[in-house]
Amino acid sequence: MTVLAVDVEKKVGALHLAVRFQAAGGATALFGPSGAGKTSVVNMIAGLLKPDRGSITLDDTILFEAEKAINVPPHRRRIGYVFQEGRLFPHLSVRQNLDYGRRLSGRPRNTSEFERIASLLGITHLLHRRPRMLSGGERQRVAIGRALLMQPRLLLLDEPLASLDAGHKGEILPYLVRLRDQAAIPMVYVSHIAAEVHQIATNVVRLDDGHVVAAGGVELLADAS
Amino acid sequence: MLELSPAEWTAVALSLRIAIVATAWALPFGIAIGWLLARGTFWGKTVLDGLIHLPLVLPPVVTGYLLLMWFGRRGPLGAFLYDHFGIVFAFRWTGAALASGVMGFPLMVRPIRLALEAIDRRLEDAAATLGANPALVFFTVTLPLALPGIIAGVLLCFARALGEFGATITFVSNIPGETQTISAAIYTFLQIPQGDAAAGRLVLVAIVLSLAALIAAEWLGRRATTRFHGE
Repeated sequence: MTVLAVDVEKKVGALHLAVRFQAAGGATALFGPSGAGKTSVVNMIAGLLKPDRGSITLDDTILFEAEKAINVPPHRRRIGYVFQEGRLFPHLSVRQNLDYGRRLSGRPRNTSEFERIASLLGITHLLHRRPRMLSGGERQRVAIGRALLMQPRLLLLDEPLASLDAGHKGEILPYLVRLRDQAAIPMVYVSHIAAEVHQIATNVVRLDDGHVVAAGGVELLADAS
Repeated sequence: MLELSPAEWTAVALSLRIAIVATAWALPFGIAIGWLLARGTFWGKTVLDGLIHLPLVLPPVVTGYLLLMWFGRRGPLGAFLYDHFGIVFAFRWTGAALASGVMGFPLMVRPIRLALEAIDRRLEDAAATLGANPALVFFTVTLPLALPGIIAGVLLCFARALGEFGATITFVSNIPGETQTISAAIYTFLQIPQGDAAAGRLVLVAIVLSLAALIAAEWLGRRATTRFHGE
């Protein structure tokens, strides 16, 4: 079953993006070298970047369709986004960061859900700290928790391990695998590192120079290396 | 010797009232204009920027004269405000507040604008993906992050308003109990024989008030900064 269908064109600087792929549930990796346009693609899915042409649909909802002039703004897409640099709010505590999406939506506090995700990510002991006082790995786990707690229909992860050293990478990867298996939220995972994608992805879309060069299972990674 | 006379108390209380009202009214405009200058791209932006900074470079007497022309009872804006809202500026303390607000405005806008320019826009994108509409992004992310700049702007505007003399005396004259602020009272006392002691006491008050405002702003600013960036 198709969850996400992307068919977009966009000129980003010198790069001409023309990307078309579909993703089912599970974790779909957008895999390719830096500069291939991976981040631009997830920004378009999130609504932070407007495609020049094409369409994006999630489940039965049209998020973007150039011809019908449909462009749902990011705050109404309910797509969780874990950024490369975390982007935690520096003026809020970890708990307030985690709670941000829920408070905006006006949903009542769901303590068991909050505790389940906090303990899944191993951040229960950090709730009163400020983002500045966290290590890189802790910050990224909080960012993942913040995106999960808004109850997204889709989770975008843009090189969530890129800013971490090898030790901290090993610290986060198991959480992401658990996430994929336990939370029934489809994921789009951006990375240029085959080993990382191999652990996480159920499907792979290979991107190069703004185009999809291959799409399929994780066996695609073997060709890449 | 250091006891203030009732007339001197009146000038102090009036100065504080004028400075507080001027700063409070200037604040929303200061945030709006600071935001426009930091984020907006529109025709005439340079002109707007220049216009706002005009009171900083014009002789205060000229600013006061222009206010008198526009906001006097027969001035175009003054007549409009009186006819529709019953607001009078000429020779009233409200006029003194307007003059001090206009004089303090460029000093308020600048730090707010700089603070808004320094904000990491990617945090606002993150808030949007978490479900915040543009207004909520502004109030829950942009504004709190700009707080140190807003505090600095408020202090500078308040201090300027408290000490304003030239524009105020030109626009609303020097009427005890109505428009005679600390500065105007010091000036008046120095014109009369035996006025030195009273002037000296008011000078002392002015120094104490300015220092208190400075310390308060420093403390508030440091608290706000520490909250975001740690020790």
